Amino acid sequence: MAEINIKQVAKQFGGTHALHSIDLTIADQEFLVLLGASGCGKTTLLRIVAGLETATSGEVWIGGHRVDKLAPRDRGIAMVFQNYAVFPHLTVYENIAFGLRMAKLPQAEVDKRVNRTADLMHIENLLSRYSGQLSGGQRQRVAVARALATEPAVLLMDEPLSNLDALLRMEMRAELKTVLAESKTTTIYVTHDQVEAMSMADRIAIVNEGRIVQAASAVEVYRNPAEHFVGSFIGNPPMNFLDATALGDGWWDVAGTRIKGPSVKQNKLQFGIRPEDISVHSPKTSNPQDSPSATIRVLEPLGSHLLASCKVDNQMLRVVLDSDASVKAGDPLHWSPVADRIRWFDPATALAIL
Amino acid sequence: MSHKTQVNGTVNGQSTWHRYLFTGSVIMLCLWVLVPIYLLLVNTFSAPEAVSAFPKKAFPDINTESVEFFIKYSGVAQALWSSIKVATVTMILSISLGAPAGYALSRFDFTGKETFRVLVLMTRAFPLPLLALPLAVMYIKVGLDDSVLGLALVHTMLALPFAVLITYSLFSGIPIELEEAAWTLGCNRLQAFVKVIFPLVLPGIAASAIFAFVISWNEVFAAAVLTIEHRTLPAFLLQGLGNAPLHLKFAGGAVLVLPALLFIFLVRKYLFSMWGIANR
Amino acid sequence: MYSRKLPYLLLLPSALFLCVFFLYPFVLVAWQAFVTDTGELTSEYFMEMATHWKFNTALINTLLLALAVVPFQIVLALYMATLVNGMKRGRDLILYIWTIPLGISDLAAGIIWLAIFEQTGFLNSFMQSLGFIEEPIGFLGYQNKGTIFVAIMLAEIWRATAIVLVILVAGMGLIPKEYYEAAEVFGASRWKQFTRITLPMLKPSLQTAMILRVILAFEVFAVVVALGGTNLPVLMGEIYTWQYDLRDSSVAAAYALVVLAISIGFTLLIMWGLRTPKGARV
Repeated sequence: MAEINIKQVAKQFGGTHALHSIDLTIADQEFLVLLGASGCGKTTLLRIVAGLETATSGEVWIGGHRVDKLAPRDRGIAMVFQNYAVFPHLTVYENIAFGLRMAKLPQAEVDKRVNRTADLMHIENLLSRYSGQLSGGQRQRVAVARALATEPAVLLMDEPLSNLDALLRMEMRAELKTVLAESKTTTIYVTHDQVEAMSMADRIAIVNEGRIVQAASAVEVYRNPAEHFVGSFIGNPPMNFLDATALGDGWWDVAGTRIKGPSVKQNKLQFGIRPEDISVHSPKTSNPQDSPSATIRVLEPLGSHLLASCKVDNQMLRVVLDSDASVKAGDPLHWSPVADRIRWFDPATALAIL
Repeated sequence: MSHKTQVNGTVNGQSTWHRYLFTGSVIMLCLWVLVPIYLLLVNTFSAPEAVSAFPKKAFPDINTESVEFFIKYSGVAQALWSSIKVATVTMILSISLGAPAGYALSRFDFTGKETFRVLVLMTRAFPLPLLALPLAVMYIKVGLDDSVLGLALVHTMLALPFAVLITYSLFSGIPIELEEAAWTLGCNRLQAFVKVIFPLVLPGIAASAIFAFVISWNEVFAAAVLTIEHRTLPAFLLQGLGNAPLHLKFAGGAVLVLPALLFIFLVRKYLFSMWGIANR
Repeated sequence: MYSRKLPYLLLLPSALFLCVFFLYPFVLVAWQAFVTDTGELTSEYFMEMATHWKFNTALINTLLLALAVVPFQIVLALYMATLVNGMKRGRDLILYIWTIPLGISDLAAGIIWLAIFEQTGFLNSFMQSLGFIEEPIGFLGYQNKGTIFVAIMLAEIWRATAIVLVILVAGMGLIPKEYYEAAEVFGASRWKQFTRITLPMLKPSLQTAMILRVILAFEVFAVVVALGGTNLPVLMGEIYTWQYDLRDSSVAAAYALVVLAISIGFTLLIMWGLRTPKGARV
């Protein structure tokens, strides 16, 4: 049983705040992904949990014990590093056995565990090699095997797949997910790749400028971004945002069209819609009053669909079209949002209005 | 210089005489380095009479009389022994003082780091053998005059900046993640150093130790100023320059040169990486 | 894990050592040169040094030697470094051969060139065998100061160009190849590439090499003793004489301050002359 509690953890480097008072609980056996752009503080948070970095303030609890004053080796964790950190002077076998030997396990047990984790990671035929004789993907497997061999309560992974090429990354993603589901460890996984995050995570914590702005399931962060930032960060292409002006009684003017929205006292809001949640009408069937018009600027045929970047009221609007749509740059586009997919944001706080 | 650098160009139209000039230059420069050493060895392995004879032959009749004479010459054995002792102490001192500093510089950010680095670099702008003068006075007071340790301390001063900078570059070349991985796998700082870092830097540390040895082995001025009874080989030879017979000088020179040749061969891999970082 | 004290603890031994054996002795040497045994401030030692008949000669010889040797070494090393960089095969072997003198002491270098220049040496033998001379010439005799100077120069160039070469080769290794490819695309000749890319990018290395070499050139000693005896006085030789033979460490200290002063002076001059603006480095 290893639940992780992060309580008001903050970190300052000199005068800059890398982390602002983070509170986060990770349930036993949960797979949590810390997702954010580079420099947002996600790796710092992971390293604070590992004990490689000391928090300026706050507490870290693992499995009911306070660990933030303990050395990494006393925290019951294992870690996989971005550059793998496979010891170059030891064989693959000795790399995997390293943590077991430090724990002074008997040789028979070391043998058993090394062979088991090596089988698990499909590197049983590489045990006598040195890291210099391995490919990037193989080193990655050794690094994971080495971490799993110690049977840690908590597994910390710092961008473990980012040095692999795209195809290998996809393959390892699926494999890691299977292996970790069986291993019963609590995992914190840091990445800047949203596809990786969404495909693997039980829960995604999105980090921006040293704060966790939303922690929820993949579908939830996609459908209901808690902040303007989440909408603009998650999804490729990201959510569209248009200015909305109050017309009274919960009606809002969005690019010249009346749209029903929340009844709040603000005069201005931001209207958010995903590119695939926009329906397009032929000019004849629609009434310009309830179907605003946009002008297509750029078309990008992406195979499965056609992405149109349009201008509406001098604002950018991306629309996902059917790949057979016969449109060209310069054409007008009559569109309307799918009503239950519209999200509203307060421009002053950037928070979603529920 | 243009014609010389053009030689290797991938641009077409390089003439063959560029090629000749290039090869010729390389060969000439090799001869320029090697021939004087060869001539010293010719003298060393000639009979004493042949060394003072005229004219000289380029290919001698091999004869070890001069070398034997040198080895048996009064004071030589002791000087050789002193040299080895001083150089060994210098080697141990400069690595044991310098390597921790190099490690600290490569792994930590702390107040005063830049000051220390500047202090180390500053030693380069100072004529360090001059240190022998004030230290000669100081040593008499503390009883270190004419001692192996006293001279080794001065030589350590010469070698320490190199030891710090080389080990700094060695440790910087080892990803910190290796150490961190060891910590997460159950090591404390010392265990991680012993099990992971040390095996990886060992060849480099050996190279910088050898370098410290060579610095001490070759140093003349401080050795001549600070020692009387415990003369090192260079100091001994320097004193004998005025009156010793020629064949003694040449045999002595060869004894000084030969270990140095071996040492440079051993550390050749590290010379360049060492100066790469020492620039900054 | 991150003990704040650890780096200081690791640094302490070497920092203490530098204070005791580097900073303090240089204060001590100034004290020796300016203060008498009875504790009074005096310029008497400097007067004694400056009025000694050998002082001017020693100072001028030292400066002249540095001036004759160092620029030549820089140019030679630059040439050697470009040759090495252009090599496809045998680069390691050639580099090893060219850096051999790095391990050879100034005394040994002096003895090596003594084998060539002494009266029964190889230069005389060679010239006689070609029929240029009848009798061997006393190149290193007291009346031939010019040839002594040349012999010392050659020995110094032979011995100490290697260190410059190593620094420059290391420096050239840091210059990204893309710059040359970019220059090639713009049609720059090899010579233009050398003057417009290599030289400016090499400035920090050139600076290091020149400082190191100039300081070492002012310390020239054993080579001079080996080849010239006392016929060509230099500053370090005079220091040795005053300290060891004449047992007057005060005058020796005054000399030491002169060497120190010109060393620091030239260091500052080179640093200023070859300064690189911050952010303009590789």
